Amino acid sequence: MRFIRKTSYYQDIQIFKHRGQIFWYACLAIILFSLPFFLSDFYLGELALVFIYAIAGIGLMLLTGYTGLVSLGHAAFLGIGAYTHSYFLSLGVPFVFSLSISVFFSSFIGMLLAIPALRVTGIYLAVATLAFSIIVEQILSHWVSVTGGYRGMLVPDPNIGSLSLKSHTAFYFVCLTFFSSSVLIGLNILRSPVGRAMTAVRDSEISAQSMGINLAKTKTIAFAISAGFTGLAGGLLAHKIGYLAPDSFNILISIQLLLMIVVGGLGSLHGAVYGAIFIGFLPQALALLRDILPDKLAQIPGLEPGIFGLILVLVLIYEPLGVYGRWLKIRSFFEEFPLYRRSTHKRQRTFLKTERLR
Amino acid sequence: MVNFAQGEFMMLGAFLAYTFVSVLDLNFALSIILAILVMSAVGVLTDRLIIRPMIGEPHFSVLMITIGLGFILRAVAGIIWGNEPKSLETPYAGKVFEYESVVIGYENIIIILGTIVLCSALAFFFKATALGKAMQAASQNQLAAMYVGISVKKINSITWAISAGIAAVAGILVAPVSLIDPQIGFIGIKAFAAAIVGGFGSLPGAIIGGLIIGIGEQYAGLYLPPGFSEVTAYAILLSMLLVRPHGILTSVQIKKM
Repeated sequence: MRFIRKTSYYQDIQIFKHRGQIFWYACLAIILFSLPFFLSDFYLGELALVFIYAIAGIGLMLLTGYTGLVSLGHAAFLGIGAYTHSYFLSLGVPFVFSLSISVFFSSFIGMLLAIPALRVTGIYLAVATLAFSIIVEQILSHWVSVTGGYRGMLVPDPNIGSLSLKSHTAFYFVCLTFFSSSVLIGLNILRSPVGRAMTAVRDSEISAQSMGINLAKTKTIAFAISAGFTGLAGGLLAHKIGYLAPDSFNILISIQLLLMIVVGGLGSLHGAVYGAIFIGFLPQALALLRDILPDKLAQIPGLEPGIFGLILVLVLIYEPLGVYGRWLKIRSFFEEFPLYRRSTHKRQRTFLKTERLR
Repeated sequence: MVNFAQGEFMMLGAFLAYTFVSVLDLNFALSIILAILVMSAVGVLTDRLIIRPMIGEPHFSVLMITIGLGFILRAVAGIIWGNEPKSLETPYAGKVFEYESVVIGYENIIIILGTIVLCSALAFFFKATALGKAMQAASQNQLAAMYVGISVKKINSITWAISAGIAAVAGILVAPVSLIDPQIGFIGIKAFAAAIVGGFGSLPGAIIGGLIIGIGEQYAGLYLPPGFSEVTAYAILLSMLLVRPHGILTSVQIKKM
């Protein structure tokens, strides 16, 4: 067990708490950068997808896990990012610029959504964001001159200058770069005043307000940042799927994103990444499951969302802090070995009160 | 307590009625009663298995768990009844009510009458019975309700039974007009929009909200290009949140510290 001696206040907000962390994260980075030399194209593609999901997960985690605002409409930002990026690419705008435009545009839309969403919390917010995502889906399917409507839209190949990023290895590195910078940006936002204000708003709006935090401003920033990350993920996802159709960004995707951060563990960036790994490899696991199941049961179309729902329910009942929470428990079991007590991690219960009296 | 699986309960209720009427060939009234009873049992089961372990957890988790439940129910319905739309045969299907130049299908009249009866019964229940008041108390503050001697767990089970039963009624009412398939539950989202526009936690508000959204949708379908009628409900909802965040007939008070 490691005891950290604190010698300055700055240590509380350092990114790395101790040297061990630096060592292990460096190892992880080396492994990730050398993977393309060992893995086949298929797994590189899957890993790139995991990185993309993780970027979107970081965005949603900042909003839902850290600011406490539930969004059932993040697929819309994913869609906005994807469509903006491929629209500007097809106009001949360079890759990096077009990706930045899509990030800023989604942030802007996120800010706009924050205006009605600011006034509501909890379920009202969930339904408002859901309404937003349905409106965006309809716009995507009817604004034919830009989005191609139901016919869909072909995503141009990514190039930086004359360098093609189309190969699996190149695209893996692109995704890895964006993913690691997203993690760094996310971590730095969280230790900045804005990030701490976000956490304060999540824990108690009334006390945050009493400490002089501007609720409206904090929530708007949270929405904008979250939408920006998700837009970035959308832009990258566009290349991954290659052909955009309005129904690839429906409510199911929003729920999948929420499932991701719940399964990974709410309230930690680790959770977003674990969740992304989970969601990224779940389809493979389900495909294996289909092979095992009897044909009649396996052919039913609605089975996948059903299994998603089942996992969501089970995780929420048995491990509300998700994979990361379970990992923390396992770690503290070994750290405190003979003295570990289950009650250390007992959940604090808060009894439900109406949202009608705030 | 918010249930995002309400639409799925509705769908299950309609499917059950369909099974009793068309597959088992039972009497129509009997099948309706059976469907409502079975759905109430499903409601109690949901409460015991899924909602009760969540007592004491934040709102967010309860919300997410009902979303998960909705997905499970949809998959289950798909497995049992398949994904092709089914139609519920009713004794009043296809008949119309004529008065001079006014022609209304009986299905629609039954929907309107059923809604009125249901709403007034609910209003009476919440205003005048001890159980209704206990439910309101438990919804406002679980801990305080427990302190004054209300058995919150029992109340929760009863609430879930009633709401699932009502969902079954709604499903049976809507089944003759629109076919039943596992996706019909998505109509529940629009119901949420209506409830929020009208003011959450207020029965007359829900009716007004439903009227506004329903009429708005019809007019948008008439006068605006295609695509607009699908988003009308949500556009109304978002603009409503801008103007009056807690709906037309609101029951929200700001807590005094």
